[in-house]
Amino acid sequence: MSSATDTSTDAIAGDGIVRAADGTPLKRSLARALRREKLRSFLLIAPLLAFVVISFLMPIADMLFRSVENNIVEDTIPETVQTLASWDADSGDLPDERVYAALFQDLQIAVEQRIHTRLGSRLNYEKSGMSGLFRKTGREVRRMEAEGPFKERFIEIDEDWADIEVWAVIKRYSPPYTPGYFLNAVDAELTAEGVEMKPENERIYLMLFWRTLVMSLMITLSCLLLGYPIGYLLSHLPARSANLLMILVLLPFWTSLLVRTSAWKVLLQQQGVINDFLVWINLIDDAGRLVMINNQTGTIIAMTHILLPFMILPLYSVMQTISPSYVRAAKSLGASDWTAFWRVYFPQTVPGIGAGAILVFILAIGYYITPELVGGTSGIFISNRIAYHISTSLNWGLAAALGTILLLLVMALFYVYDRIVGIDNVKLG
Amino acid sequence: MYPFTTGGDLRFDAGVGHAAVSAGARVQKSEWTAISRGASVKFDSVQKSYDGETLVVKDLNLDIARGEFLTMLGPSGSGKTTCLMMLAGFEPATHGEIYLNDDGINNVPPHKRGIGMVFQNYALFPHMSVAENLAFPLQVRGMARAEQEQRIKRALDMVELGAFGGRRPAQLSGGQQQRVAVARALVFDPELVLMDEPLGALDKQLREQMQYEIKHIHENLGVTIVYVTHDQTEALTMSDRVAVFNDGVIQQLSSPDTLYESPQNSFVAQFIGENNKLSGEVVALDGANCEVRLDDGTLLVADPVNINGAGSRTTVSLRPERIELAPSDEPENVVDGKIEELIYLGDHIRVRMNVAGNDEFIVKVRNRRDKRPISEGDTVKVGWAASDCKALDAVA
Ligand SMILES: Nc1ncnc2c1ncn2[C@@H]1O[C@H](COP(=O)(O)OP(=O)(O)OP(=O)(O)O)[C@@H](O)[C@H]1O
Ligand SMILES: [Mg+2]
Repeated sequence: MSSATDTSTDAIAGDGIVRAADGTPLKRSLARALRREKLRSFLLIAPLLAFVVISFLMPIADMLFRSVENNIVEDTIPETVQTLASWDADSGDLPDERVYAALFQDLQIAVEQRIHTRLGSRLNYEKSGMSGLFRKTGREVRRMEAEGPFKERFIEIDEDWADIEVWAVIKRYSPPYTPGYFLNAVDAELTAEGVEMKPENERIYLMLFWRTLVMSLMITLSCLLLGYPIGYLLSHLPARSANLLMILVLLPFWTSLLVRTSAWKVLLQQQGVINDFLVWINLIDDAGRLVMINNQTGTIIAMTHILLPFMILPLYSVMQTISPSYVRAAKSLGASDWTAFWRVYFPQTVPGIGAGAILVFILAIGYYITPELVGGTSGIFISNRIAYHISTSLNWGLAAALGTILLLLVMALFYVYDRIVGIDNVKLG
Repeated sequence: MYPFTTGGDLRFDAGVGHAAVSAGARVQKSEWTAISRGASVKFDSVQKSYDGETLVVKDLNLDIARGEFLTMLGPSGSGKTTCLMMLAGFEPATHGEIYLNDDGINNVPPHKRGIGMVFQNYALFPHMSVAENLAFPLQVRGMARAEQEQRIKRALDMVELGAFGGRRPAQLSGGQQQRVAVARALVFDPELVLMDEPLGALDKQLREQMQYEIKHIHENLGVTIVYVTHDQTEALTMSDRVAVFNDGVIQQLSSPDTLYESPQNSFVAQFIGENNKLSGEVVALDGANCEVRLDDGTLLVADPVNINGAGSRTTVSLRPERIELAPSDEPENVVDGKIEELIYLGDHIRVRMNVAGNDEFIVKVRNRRDKRPISEGDTVKVGWAASDCKALDAVA
């Protein structure tokens, strides 16, 4: 074998590895060349990536964490939690003196730091009266001498301290992680007997989830029913008129959400424009004015209006790509107008329907302002409760649990959609 | 009023099994029983305007015989598609009546006309497989499942796509899609098939092959085909008759050879094949021939096809291959020409000359062994027979 073969003319060396001109294996030099490319594209997306991580992924992770986190009990009354470990709630006896002594010690520190009321509110989510108990005890503990018997002293302050259930709740919620928020979020609670549904009259969240789902579906459906003909019209009009109509479709985007929602209030209320008109044309009498606001009807009407463009836009962009020759071909093959539409045109719009429906549904399921303003009590969504727990009751754990369940619900629906329609069958244009 | 429910003029002969189909061969003629030869079509002074201001089709009168292959040929925007759409029922005629088998169809909706149609972009339904596409016209007619399958198989075999029934149109090549479109337009036994530039999207080689196959299918089935194209070669090779459209008017309707040999006006002469134009004035007209004085004074003897008589303007048209360089025999017309450019094309040489003031005068010289050497800049004599140069364009 001549030396010329080894060096230049033959890229394949004796060992069968393809080499580049400088003798490095081709794979490695290719990888090196590509690495620089990859690095560059990574640098290009890095700012967005950082933004997404900080503004999206981290809050979600934080939310997931908050929905089970429960360090507050252990942090506030560490000694008590420790001594309480050996107590058996089912024994029927109160904890012994050591526990009360530990509670005294813990509370002394907690009162000093003014964190005992926070613990009280936390435990109050699980058993009402706990907040008051801790506030009252906190006041008294300062004046207490550091001398036993603590058990009697505490029971003197408030006889709830002689209630086994109070101690059982403290013990149950002393681990650093708790399923309590999630149980609460599905109207269940942790009792001595294990997980149980709450009493009928205290249940609220399952119903709210269900209502949110059903109403979001109804809103999606009415958006589809109203939006499909518009999309069809848009895609079949000559360009000039289509553009004009498009501006009308987008008009809702240009007015403030609050203004629009308030406008609905003016129109729909019992003394409002629509009712006045119906009375005027004698369709209904004055006593029988329709209730169309501050209930589910109001929410559905207002949200359909607000979300309609999100349905029309994907539908329009998909319909625009469907050549009119398909329908003509169908007709020339003997299909009536309806058959041509249903068997040839409609199936081709399914990706647009899918995209629009997903968009509207996801937006609807998390909607908050409109139900708040026009939903009354019967028309509010789960998001309104989440907002309430975040800003009013400050029960963030429960809000996080509700949010997490909502997130899982949406993901489950995505999965179902993928199964039935196929997620790749979604087209935004 | 579907063709096959009214006793169908044309049917698959169910008695013959596919044993007759030799491996990979086309369905033989014997498998199709042509009871009659397709439908006849008549346009009776049809006009069409889209905007109410201009006529896109002007007073169209056209008779298409049963089983005829008629091609509408013309430049872009000449109204070919519009005519086809009126025939298919997608555009109403502004004036006039269209007859299918002697029945006026102006008020018959498209889906009841029973006309097969092949679209330029094929319009195969993308969400259906090939077999489903072919089943569609049969399903809407409520045909029994077994017969549907039999017909689909026959139709697919006919276009040699027997194994492709399960594929989606997107999984086929352009030529295969085109064949499916043809099969779909034929599967329900229409008497009349319209094709609007069906081969426009194919490359040259495939186009020639498909031209042959469509022609073959037409011969086998005996359906009437109205074919639209702006490719003159396609029109000449496939058609029984060609209607040359321009500006919404049929300029000439005749068989391909007549069209080429005897164009009726200079538009047709120019549009079909290559053509040299010389303009001048008729000076004398005597029965078989006429004399034309060209603008530079040259006198020619020409065939008076379409002129108004002595003193009128005319355009003389003659084919490049009918002209001889340095003619040995003595044709009626011999003039001097200066060779401007020689283009070597293998089997022949295109010679661009300046003849009678026209420097776009083309002569095709066959590449023969005994050819005389010529070179650019030479002045040579060119000659042609009077019957080969047509005096056209009577101006009213
Ligand atoms: N739907 C329509 N609305 C208005 N004008 C139209 C319409 N369709 C066609 N036209 C006009 O009618 C004329 C003829 O169009 P047509 O489509 O019949 O031409 P064509 O001969 O098929 O041309 P091509 O070879 O380009 O397909 C054109 O000037 C065109 O602009
Ligand atoms: Mg056309």
